[in-house]
Amino acid sequence: MAHEIIETNRNLSEIIMMGMRTRGVPLAERLAANIYAYEAAQISVGVLDFSLYRDDLGSRDLQPVVKSTSMPSGIDGKVVVLVDDVLFTGRSARAAMDALIDLGRPSAVKLAVLVDRGHRELPIRADYVGKNIPSSKEEEVQVKLTETDGLDEVSIYRKGETGKNR
Amino acid sequence: MKTGILIKNGRLIDPAGSIDRQADVLIRDGVISEIDGRGMIPETGLDKVFNAEGMIVCPGLIDLHCHLREPGQEDKETIKTGSEAAAKGGFTTVCCMPNTVPPVDNAASVSYVNEVAAREGAIRILPIGCITRNRRGEELSPMYELAEAGVMGFSDDGSPVVNTSVMLRAMQYAGPLGLPIIDHCEDLTLSGSGLMNEGDLANILGLPGIPSAAEEIMVARDILLAKNTGIHIHLAHISTKFSVELVRFAKQHGINITAEVTPHHLTLTEKAVGGYNTNAKVNPPLRREEDIQALVEGLVDGTIDLIATDHAPHTITEKEQEFALAPAGISGFETALASVLSLVHQGTIEMNRLIEAVTVAPAAMLKGRFGKLGAVAPGYSGDITVFDPDREWRVDAAGFVSRGKNTPLNGTTLKGRVMITISRGDIAYMLEPA
Amino acid sequence: MIENNSQPASQTEAISWTRRHLLDIDEFSTAEFDLVMKTARVMEDILSRPIKKVPALRGKTIATLFYEPSTRTRSSFELAAKNLSADVVNLAASSSSVVKGESLIDTLYTLEAMGVEIVIMRHPLAGASHLAARYARSSIINAGDGAHAHPTQALLDMYTILKHKPNIAGLKIVILGDSRHSRVARSNIWGFTAMGASVTLCGPRSLLPVGLTSRNTVYSSVKLETDILRALDGADVVMALRMQKERQAAGLLPDIREYVTQFRLTPERLDTAKSDVLVMHPGPVNEDIEISTEVAAGPHSVIREQVSNGLAVRMAVLYLITGGNKK
Repeated sequence: MAHEIIETNRNLSEIIMMGMRTRGVPLAERLAANIYAYEAAQISVGVLDFSLYRDDLGSRDLQPVVKSTSMPSGIDGKVVVLVDDVLFTGRSARAAMDALIDLGRPSAVKLAVLVDRGHRELPIRADYVGKNIPSSKEEEVQVKLTETDGLDEVSIYRKGETGKNR
Repeated sequence: MKTGILIKNGRLIDPAGSIDRQADVLIRDGVISEIDGRGMIPETGLDKVFNAEGMIVCPGLIDLHCHLREPGQEDKETIKTGSEAAAKGGFTTVCCMPNTVPPVDNAASVSYVNEVAAREGAIRILPIGCITRNRRGEELSPMYELAEAGVMGFSDDGSPVVNTSVMLRAMQYAGPLGLPIIDHCEDLTLSGSGLMNEGDLANILGLPGIPSAAEEIMVARDILLAKNTGIHIHLAHISTKFSVELVRFAKQHGINITAEVTPHHLTLTEKAVGGYNTNAKVNPPLRREEDIQALVEGLVDGTIDLIATDHAPHTITEKEQEFALAPAGISGFETALASVLSLVHQGTIEMNRLIEAVTVAPAAMLKGRFGKLGAVAPGYSGDITVFDPDREWRVDAAGFVSRGKNTPLNGTTLKGRVMITISRGDIAYMLEPA
Repeated sequence: MIENNSQPASQTEAISWTRRHLLDIDEFSTAEFDLVMKTARVMEDILSRPIKKVPALRGKTIATLFYEPSTRTRSSFELAAKNLSADVVNLAASSSSVVKGESLIDTLYTLEAMGVEIVIMRHPLAGASHLAARYARSSIINAGDGAHAHPTQALLDMYTILKHKPNIAGLKIVILGDSRHSRVARSNIWGFTAMGASVTLCGPRSLLPVGLTSRNTVYSSVKLETDILRALDGADVVMALRMQKERQAAGLLPDIREYVTQFRLTPERLDTAKSDVLVMHPGPVNEDIEISTEVAAGPHSVIREQVSNGLAVRMAVLYLITGGNKK
């Protein structure tokens, strides 16, 4: 993915990686680290919390705790790459874009995801995809990362098997 | 029922006659006709034979303090509905307070109550007259006129007689009549805008409190007035530990004072008000554990003479308001006996003393003026209460006979149920078999 | 300090907020207080942006139902709701409609029939919001009921202190003034004692709570003090309450002058407290009555900050109530 980002962006210094809470954050950091390793270009990394832009407040069983957003610098005129672990319905990405627009006026917004599992409910597509994993709606796709969960793993299982809905 | 009602196989407890044994009772022509051993009275030709197996048979309960709200506040209660509720609670004689609209401070109002009672009352109803005109605490009401019209005593209840010299004059004036003067003991300057017992809970709820002293100061005042005049004062619904001690002191010094306590003050603490439960809002307010203990001890040792319900019905809408706006009062007829029976079940009071407190003792205050009441003996008024002391039942205020559904006991389970109430020889209430 | 997300979260933490209403903070756990503090911190960030709005409560209708006049608290709630993109309708009932006219419950039903989902209530009688909550299908937020509670005030006071002190536990907090009739004092007593601070109430005895006797309530750990210098000695926080002129009319004080000479928070008296003492006031301030102008505007005062914190805290409360698990 890092290579793709390098290939498709002329000016790497214009890029800001915004990790979408929660697992998008270490992924953004890894991507920035890889890009630095390959090109010696320093990419800024920020953290985006988009809970306040969700369209499902009050209807989910468990609401996520809202945390803050941090940006190393302003996003005006920059290319913002949103980074998340799984792209599914597209609603998180939409909320993240709304959050981003309230923070400034980027010149472009791109989306990078580790896993695209299909079943879009909105016209959203990812610019950079780690792996396409077709899935059925009854299945859960769960990504685990060393930084947050102690190991790197992508697993697919039927809903209800581990008792947790995402 | 003129041919007669037989209550058989029950345990007859008649404190007046020191009776506590298995006995059958025959009521005929409105009076108690015969009392005999089990099976000794023939059952032929009777209107009703009631099997009181496992139950207690006692004189009809007498309540010296209740509010029937008629005339003027019939949404809350009428003489009819109130007396039916009383009958369901085992009462055969009740004395209703004069804080009606208009108040009973003249002969015409007394006659009104007596007429409605005669026409629609399920049991015997004795009106109480005001001490002062309009209960304003300034001018004496025409107490001789009220006595002739048939009041059993005088009270401005709802309100205290604030002015000591007015109270003194009332006692001197009405003393010779020999009818009890009943005072609601509350120093209004101390109770102020108080809504519940003063203390920690009032602090937590942010409600102004009524200190115990508000009652005790008036209790002390009334005791001194009784001492100085020799005239009898009866203290309504006392609620604090120190009030009990003051009354005990007074009696030890031979002062002519009597006192009553309500079932709710004997069994509930201020905690019932938690969550702003307006059904527990009452005046005087529910107090603390130590007050309950002192009141029970006072009842046991005779410092407190009798139990009176202070049945005070209000409409649902009135009680369903902000705590400060809801009127104070508990609808108590239908739960009275069962709730005080809990003290017998706990072992803190003997059954005999309890029954005495609701029969003989209140009858004594009536001094035989309204019939022979308060005992099960031949020639006495045919007033009998039969109850099952162990039967459990769930309090459902919506099903109350009284129009007042305001009770903090709603939804709780009580032990002790009135099975049949006979008033003046007629069945005033009978629990239908399930 | 309100630490927030300097380290990435390990898992998506689920909200532990389960209350449908916010009537008082008497039974709040430290976890609940923590959650409000953290959420308010995020809201404060949003308030520092050029666009202070987020769409979290878009489409929700919120009503303010104030039976007592109040411009500050009401506008604070109104702005909080609007910043979250909710629609707000304001009802100001005069206090005469408390006694006659439409009952509280009827008004509540009317609002709910119009789609209102959160009702923010202020009422002169204690227990009014409890009464509303008993019948409500919506969520009730108590903005002050008589002398009983003012939960959002206590939460913003707590938040303000935490912006300046590492912890609430162990602090000596003095509440100065008429705590007997103060819902702010009552709610703060619950909040501060739950978080481990010691609370001293200082004022003339006729304006301190009555009848604090038993062992087991929060009140048993509260100290009463009628000498202001003894009370302020070593204090970390001093909160001055507004002295209502009605108290004099009610005969609880001989006159305001006596109160001022004995209890006004002056720079000299403040010297008795710790050097880094915080001076707070729920507002509006009676200049030179309960607090001298110098102190109110001085370096220890966080009074103005309380107002801006109030907005963040109320946004947090609205967000949590809307999103909380109501089951």
